Amino acid sequence: MSDHAEILEQAASWRNAGKGVALATVVKTWGSSPRPTGAKLAVAEDGAFVGSVSGGCVEGAVIEEAQAAIRDGEPRLLDFGVSDEQAWEVGLACGGKIEIFVEPVE
Amino acid sequence: MKRGYIEAVLAANNEGRSVALATELRSGAQLFLDGDQVEGDLALDDGSVATMREALRADRNISLDMAEGRVFVQVFSPPRRCLVVGAVHIAQPLVPMLIAADYRPIVIDPRGAWATEARFPGVELSTEWPDEAFERLKPDRSTAVVTLTHDPKIDDPALVAALRSDAFYIGALGSKRNHARRLERLAAEHGFGENELARIHGPIGLDIGAVSQAEIAISIMGEMTSVLRRGSL
Repeated sequence: MSDHAEILEQAASWRNAGKGVALATVVKTWGSSPRPTGAKLAVAEDGAFVGSVSGGCVEGAVIEEAQAAIRDGEPRLLDFGVSDEQAWEVGLACGGKIEIFVEPVE
Repeated sequence: MKRGYIEAVLAANNEGRSVALATELRSGAQLFLDGDQVEGDLALDDGSVATMREALRADRNISLDMAEGRVFVQVFSPPRRCLVVGAVHIAQPLVPMLIAADYRPIVIDPRGAWATEARFPGVELSTEWPDEAFERLKPDRSTAVVTLTHDPKIDDPALVAALRSDAFYIGALGSKRNHARRLERLAAEHGFGENELARIHGPIGLDIGAVSQAEIAISIMGEMTSVLRRGSL
């Protein structure tokens, strides 16, 4: 996998500027998930972000969890398991399932 | 993830090395693997470290189910390269498409008037002859090679070097007739057999009726992507 460079560079640059940063990574997928494992999203404490873990479906929720991880310094494992019927409500219109690991950058 | 690991990933990739990071998904404990060096606060047994090395070699992310919990292993590889032989008109739309698709393009053309900063701003350029450039750049299985000059003096040495490498994709611009002649030359002058020559995609690109330079670049990107992701068309 090689589309990580830009995202990690931005994360390092925010961190070096003294900002709190968290990284979200897709660690498991089922069905028609829009992004493969390893796909990353970097989030700064002010809500700025770069990268993608779901092509836009669940980024909003992931960014909130990432900001919480920056505040409390704890990693979290998020599940976005949705059936096709519920898909619209949760935002994963494709009906796929993904697991996303969120960790603060120390 | 420690800031130090982020910097270590970027530094290793810059030097052309792949590295791997294992993360235990409850605690966030991590183990960083770079060549013979292993460091971090995640204790993995030798068997798991060996599996991690295997994932690194195969360039695949994996999950390990351990007694302690689930561990995600991510492999960070340097960007794939594309050696573009010929700083010609088609290369101008092709290069930004390669960059958008996360390739590192390197444009090679011994004709100094073509490979100029003005024609390819910010792009890695080489005015070496292709055989010299390929010797230095050492194409590997994460490298694509595209020849675009139509000139056998420039394209042929590039194709010879590409066929002797593990390049995952080799494409050559030129009509069906010119491609047939090219294959005859490569067989007669360099002794390549039919199976080896079959690695060259020629005429280059998917048959989508491309007319403009940008459309030809799209057809090349489509073919390269198909070979990368499916192993064939």
